[in-house]
Amino acid sequence: MADGRGQVRRRLGLRLWLSAGWLTLLLLAAVLAPWISPKDPLAQDLFLARLPPFWMDGTEPGYWLGTDSLGRDVLSRILHGARVAMTVALVAGTLTCVIGATLGLLAGFLRGWVDMVISRLTDIWMAFPPVLFSILLIAVIGPGLGAIILAIVVIDWTRFARVVRAEAMAQGAMDYVASAQVAGRGRTGTMLVEVLPNVLPLIVVLLTLEMGIAVIVEAILSFVNLSISTDDPTWGGMIAEGRTSVHQAWWVLVFPLITLFLTVLSFSQLGEGLKDRFDPVLR
Amino acid sequence: MRNLSARVRGAPDRLLRDVSLSVAPGEVRGLVGESGAGKSMIGKAVLGILPRAVEVLSGEILLEGTDLLRLAPADRRRRIGATCALIPQDPLTALNPSRRIGPQMTDRLVDILGWSRTKAQGRARDLLAEVQITDPDRVLRQYPHELSGGMRQRVLIAAAFAAEPKLIVADEPTTALDVTVQKEVLRLIADMQARHGTALLFVTHDLGVVSKVCQSLTVLYGGLVVEDAALRDFFPAPAHPYARALLAATPKYTDPDTSLVPVPQEVLDGVQAQVVAADRGWRDG
Repeated sequence: MADGRGQVRRRLGLRLWLSAGWLTLLLLAAVLAPWISPKDPLAQDLFLARLPPFWMDGTEPGYWLGTDSLGRDVLSRILHGARVAMTVALVAGTLTCVIGATLGLLAGFLRGWVDMVISRLTDIWMAFPPVLFSILLIAVIGPGLGAIILAIVVIDWTRFARVVRAEAMAQGAMDYVASAQVAGRGRTGTMLVEVLPNVLPLIVVLLTLEMGIAVIVEAILSFVNLSISTDDPTWGGMIAEGRTSVHQAWWVLVFPLITLFLTVLSFSQLGEGLKDRFDPVLR
Repeated sequence: MRNLSARVRGAPDRLLRDVSLSVAPGEVRGLVGESGAGKSMIGKAVLGILPRAVEVLSGEILLEGTDLLRLAPADRRRRIGATCALIPQDPLTALNPSRRIGPQMTDRLVDILGWSRTKAQGRARDLLAEVQITDPDRVLRQYPHELSGGMRQRVLIAAAFAAEPKLIVADEPTTALDVTVQKEVLRLIADMQARHGTALLFVTHDLGVVSKVCQSLTVLYGGLVVEDAALRDFFPAPAHPYARALLAATPKYTDPDTSLVPVPQEVLDGVQAQVVAADRGWRDG
């Protein structure tokens, strides 16, 4: 088409590729961590404690980003931390999305008593303070990867339910939905074929945002020591440890922080990029 | 349609007050009334897409002798899908933005009439050609946003005729279009209707449009039928004072300087009294 939409898309593509690139890199790091890590992330060596990163004086070869106060390799710990972060992002994000979006779609499209039940449930759910709720939850089921994922899903499904419900309602009021029903399409069919594809771009954006949020929540929980066992490296845990020695060894805090920041940013940018790419109206 | 009454669930007053009207095969009936008179509601009732909050209190909707309201929902859907179609008001929202034109036009043929995709596709192509779309094959593969508003309305008209329905409800099909396209779309609907011999219920608030395409019309006020006449009887002399006032209120192109004439208050009072009387009869009955 000759109206310039092509150029717009190409420019937005950069954002999509940068964020997708970073996340792919991270995913690879997570999968391959045991093989590509230069050192054992758990190996302590007090003689090599607080080594600075490679470009500063007094480094030891092989410790690219330096070591923490117990002499553990920061780079290796970040790579291993990616495993927890990515697992949480993918599993918790997807589960939250599936549960929340399904409920939201049902409520927004079917309306009536289904909507009543789901909406009231969402309202009540959202009244709980989320941080307290998750800490409580983990206190009850005990820390661990599963507990973190469960906590995120249990708390955040409301976000999807709310937004998807509103969008499903808006789409459901469109003439094409009425037309489809006149043309003999049943309710389930209308919901899945007519409404869902038009809510999907929104769901994708929410999903990537949620993945970013999941990474943050995991970091927060490990920061307060409620994540998985303290032996396994997590970004949040590293940030917590790095905080105590920030004046002597800033790199222990800064590198995981940068990684976390880029990851969360990438997730949200990925969502925006995908939306621009796949929204049929913007395309 | 006979003695149809409906109301918003739990509301004391009715939206439709014993509405009776019929559309003969091959006839074009205009359904006229001001905003909120219930004209769209009638169209929706016929097509089985009333909002959930609206309940039908009494009456029947007869389609070739079958009362649609008595059918089980699934049967009704199938029945309406096979015999009725809608030309919607706003072409911009009436096509699903995430599906190609082709499948959207042929859904009904495949799902309800059991045609093969290829045969349905061929039919859609013929219809698009019939509504003067120059490159039907390309349009079938396009998404709605790639078409202009006028094109989309033509696609919708073609789609409405796809299954050779007995009845088409056109819900203000020209209101959302700009004036230059309106005329063309009207002519197209009239042509298609004449060629296919479909009964057409034409919902509008524009008496000028009615005079061009309809053979008979029903005037609605407050959900009450106030006039039901053949076109040739109506235009010289409407029987009901409200209909007369409505006709007088229509701006005349021949005399653009006359200011708009509102419907006189006493006429409104009169017709309102009629509505009240009808309700009294209903409550007592």
